[in-house]
Amino acid sequence: MARIDLDLAHAYRPNPRRDDDYALLPLKMHFDDGGAYALLGPSGCGKTTMLNLISGLLTPSQGHVKFDGRDVTGSTPQQRNIAQVFQFPVIYDTMTVAQNLAFPLRNRRVADERIRQRVGRIAEMLELSAQLDQRAAGLAADAKQKISLGRGLVREDVSAVLFDEPLTVIDPHLKWQLRRKLKQIHQELKLTLVYVTHDQVEALTFADQVVVMTRGRTVQIGSAEELFERPSHTFVGHFIGSPGMNFLAARWDGQAVEVAGHRLRIATDAAPLAAAGEFTLGVRPEYVSLTEAGDPTALPAQVVQLQDVGTYRLLTARVGEQMLRARLDPELPASGRGDRVWLKVTGAHTCYYGRDDRLLASADQPAVEQAR
Amino acid sequence: MKTVNQKAWWLVLPVVICVAFSAVLPLMTVVNYSVQDIISPTRHVFVGTEWFAAVLRDEELHGALWRQLGFSFAVLAVEIPLGIALALAMPASGWKASAVLVVVALSLLIPWNVVGTIWQIYGRADIGLLGYALTQLGFNYNYTGKPLDAWLTVLVMDVWHWTPLVALLAYAGLRSIPDAYYQAARIDGASKLAVFRYIQLPKMRGVLMIAVLLRFMDSFMIYTEPFVLTGGGPGNSTTFLSQYLTQKAVGQFDVGPAAAFSLIYFLIILLLCFVLYNWMLRVGSGETEAPHA
Repeated sequence: MARIDLDLAHAYRPNPRRDDDYALLPLKMHFDDGGAYALLGPSGCGKTTMLNLISGLLTPSQGHVKFDGRDVTGSTPQQRNIAQVFQFPVIYDTMTVAQNLAFPLRNRRVADERIRQRVGRIAEMLELSAQLDQRAAGLAADAKQKISLGRGLVREDVSAVLFDEPLTVIDPHLKWQLRRKLKQIHQELKLTLVYVTHDQVEALTFADQVVVMTRGRTVQIGSAEELFERPSHTFVGHFIGSPGMNFLAARWDGQAVEVAGHRLRIATDAAPLAAAGEFTLGVRPEYVSLTEAGDPTALPAQVVQLQDVGTYRLLTARVGEQMLRARLDPELPASGRGDRVWLKVTGAHTCYYGRDDRLLASADQPAVEQAR
Repeated sequence: MKTVNQKAWWLVLPVVICVAFSAVLPLMTVVNYSVQDIISPTRHVFVGTEWFAAVLRDEELHGALWRQLGFSFAVLAVEIPLGIALALAMPASGWKASAVLVVVALSLLIPWNVVGTIWQIYGRADIGLLGYALTQLGFNYNYTGKPLDAWLTVLVMDVWHWTPLVALLAYAGLRSIPDAYYQAARIDGASKLAVFRYIQLPKMRGVLMIAVLLRFMDSFMIYTEPFVLTGGGPGNSTTFLSQYLTQKAVGQFDVGPAAAFSLIYFLIILLLCFVLYNWMLRVGSGETEAPHA
């Protein structure tokens, strides 16, 4: 177990010049000992690169990696004592399930008695006990991936366990089970876990801290609640949530916020907005609600579509040239296409973003309700 | 109810004719010869299994068969490990990989008799580089006079000619292993030997099986190289089965015994390939390995 410090950048080609040449732009961050982290982002955002830099499969082209303050930049995965599970199952064809699970221990010359204990324990945790003496090659893909997971967890003295989208090949119902199991293992063993995924639900349910990445940059590190309530970058607002945050172009007209020619009263300190002049207003569909005409925190809009999505209704409406979506209570009376409605957009949960897509201001009182 | 039209059999006729002319009739001709004593083109006597019995009792044939088996197994024992080692040493990608592939494949393009001639000259003590060098180093190397030298020269020739085939097959097998396996092995702390034993070798199983079967059958039928080098000599030290067969059929024109032996030869190859194939399949699937707690 170890605290991991990264202060590095990585490019796969030599002499990177532009930002696009980097797989991972210069960054500085740390993973606390015993924490459960998720690296979340779309394909190609650099999350697997970051994982391989931590494990030592890759050496950063600049900067260094530290475990507990010790520089391990040039060390091999074995020296770093890292366990890593890959996206697709890797099993040793000629071995049985038990031999597969024992392999990392056997390579480190752990005593036979101890190996038997650990293999038994891990097999039990992953419900592989019945198959221990079977040959691994003949098993189904999800059983094989469980073996891969088991090999990652079988050593208890590891610095960290890294998962690279480990549940891709697993059936949905089993996925849920395994994720819970991993969480449970984390609580039991207090290992540092880093979990790469592009699935926000997976990231938010698994990790204490989620690192959101895009285009080789980490844009926000925070708990699920922080990412939801106060995205520090428009990308986070857009990527997290279903559907993502609404963004409306807005400007400061001297006294108030103006959106699509309409003035709004805000619940936020106006100074940064006044300084910025033009900015983007962001509000989650969960916090957009129907209100009466003339409400000073609301915008008049024209209904484009109303979808029934089971537990809620998704309203899409046009405000000037822009679209606004709202998650509404299914109990409310339905409004038809083309209807004129007033939608409340400014309030305690509204955020404002500058031209660099970073958070300018948000209501600073803590979120009272959890509308998810 | 399906309607059955027996006329459809006519559609198979072209294939039947082709196969009959190319395989069935020649084989039956051989079978026909093997049970007759052909005295002249117009006189022949049915002799039953007499030729088979005679051939099976022939001491010369026994000698050739054992020499052949020894030679084929020596070929496999050298070429398979050497080919794997070569494949492991070859670069994985880039222009170097292409260059090495071309160089390695070169010897495969040379016809058998040319290979024989190259080595025949190469091994001569008076004008051949190899023969001259060995003689100067104090070895009394002489493939025309010493049976072992001749046998070894044929073996080296075959290794030189065909190891690249094994190497190319093994190389193809190695390249098909996903990177994740090597990464996982590094994470698991596997040694180079363990990576070879548990990842590379099992993943190469299929191509190695092809390599073993190809090299076995090919070496079992070796003819041209010893023919060019010494014509099967000195004595009969490099008289392998094909050599023996040719001497019988074309040299002495004993068509009956030669036909009987051809059939036996064919059956031997079939049997050995069958045994080898099944054995490798079983080893590969690990059923012979002891279970592990």
